[in-house]
Amino acid sequence: MAKLILSMDGLVLKEIPLTKERTTIGRKPENDIQIDNLAISGEHAVIVTILNDSFLEDLGSTNGTHVNGQPVKKHFLQNGDAIEMGKYSLKYVHETPQQTTPAEFEKTMVLRPDVMRKTAEQMASKGFGDTQVGSMRTAVHSAPPAAVEPPPPARVAPAPPSLPSAAIQVLTGGNAGKELLLTKTLTTLGKPGVQVAVIARRPQGYFITHVEGAQFPMVNGRTLDAQAHPLGDHDVIELAGTKMEFFFKS
Amino acid sequence: MDLSQTLEIVTRSDAGMVRSHNEDAVFVNPALGLVVLADGMGGYNAGEVASGMATALLGSELEKIFARQAPSKSDAGEGARVHGAIESEIARANGAIYQAAQSQPQYAGMGTTLVMAMLYDNMMTVAHIGDSRLYRLRGEEFQQITRDHSLLQEQIDGGMITPEQARHSQNKNLVTRALGIDPTVEAEIHDYEVRPGDLYLLCSDGLNDMIEDDEIAMTLSALSANLALCATQLVQMANDNGGRDNVSVILVRVVQAFPAATQWWARFLAWLK
Repeated sequence: MAKLILSMDGLVLKEIPLTKERTTIGRKPENDIQIDNLAISGEHAVIVTILNDSFLEDLGSTNGTHVNGQPVKKHFLQNGDAIEMGKYSLKYVHETPQQTTPAEFEKTMVLRPDVMRKTAEQMASKGFGDTQVGSMRTAVHSAPPAAVEPPPPARVAPAPPSLPSAAIQVLTGGNAGKELLLTKTLTTLGKPGVQVAVIARRPQGYFITHVEGAQFPMVNGRTLDAQAHPLGDHDVIELAGTKMEFFFKS
Repeated sequence: MDLSQTLEIVTRSDAGMVRSHNEDAVFVNPALGLVVLADGMGGYNAGEVASGMATALLGSELEKIFARQAPSKSDAGEGARVHGAIESEIARANGAIYQAAQSQPQYAGMGTTLVMAMLYDNMMTVAHIGDSRLYRLRGEEFQQITRDHSLLQEQIDGGMITPEQARHSQNKNLVTRALGIDPTVEAEIHDYEVRPGDLYLLCSDGLNDMIEDDEIAMTLSALSANLALCATQLVQMANDNGGRDNVSVILVRVVQAFPAATQWWARFLAWLK
């Protein structure tokens, strides 16, 4: 659950959880967050919260709204953002209360199309500040998990530190002596159309697989089958008449 | 017209590393040039039911329709035969899933995304609903052809967030359209020109949520000579990165041009039958 911490001159006045879809901020009493100060407009700004994301919009206030020192009209709030209005500051805090299982937030849910259409129309005409995103189709799936930090960087997982870097060195032929670092997820070797093999860098290690060509590559004198073959330190690969050595860089 | 010599098609579908069920489903008919992928959702095993119904119904019904008379370019475009057939079969599949969800409590609320392509006469018609995608590798150029029907995509389109912010958004998994959720559904259908050498990838979000587009592009171009290995590698990369969702891929390589038989020739063949 995201929240705002209202403070003035570094003095914390109030904590406000963002439980509503629209949280209005202004001088008038009907605002969700009332700040009774002449520098604040009657209806100063609004924060729209859609599931775990919150957006700030200035409602045409006289003195404007700043986020981290920059004047903003609309802003996608991120943990730690400081919203400034006059002398007041609202810190946006979006913490991880507990670790939810990754599986939970991967689950796909459906937003009802009619709600979305209305949303899109309103966005187009008046900006999202006026949007009311209606009930989510939670029946389809479990409710969205509580606020969490951005998902762990599962994408483009660099190989874990335990996997040492490795390289191959060409032993025979015109390129003898050349070294090729295996830094990419996939490294192809050989001549396209003749014989090609690929070395895949995986968390478990390095694996060589035949890609194309009538001949299959050999490792330490043994011809591979179609399966991926794990490579060990100082394995000798033979491919299209060229020998090369696989080794771990210390 | 049999396209099985013209198109090379492989599929892989895997439950991933976290889920116990595979709620994705795929259907391919290489002779007809029809590929369908669905990513189901719904409690217990209802997701599998929804995606399975979608692929089976669309596959078998479109097979029946196009086996009788293969489509040609003149059947493309809005309102023409191919669009009409796909639209009406999607509507029927939607109705069937919706009915099942309404009538059987264990299936309540189930639904599925859909991405499908029908290749004919040097072109293809692509239909999609939700966040399953179709990508194309043409030469060096790797491109996402479909545009997700998701909250995130709408936020990006509306200028509310940048694509960079979208990568860190919590709302990745909210689709705005799905098959079987409502009595009616609107599929997005477009036609594209197809060239020999093109490589198409249809995938569920379990792939593109786990690996970056440029990693996908690199894998496709590095392993295009061996589609089976390429598909296995894509699934493996998603799983190596955590495999938090089911992951399914369909790869279609266009080996050569496949113009439709000319009209008189088709009529003559039809007459012989």
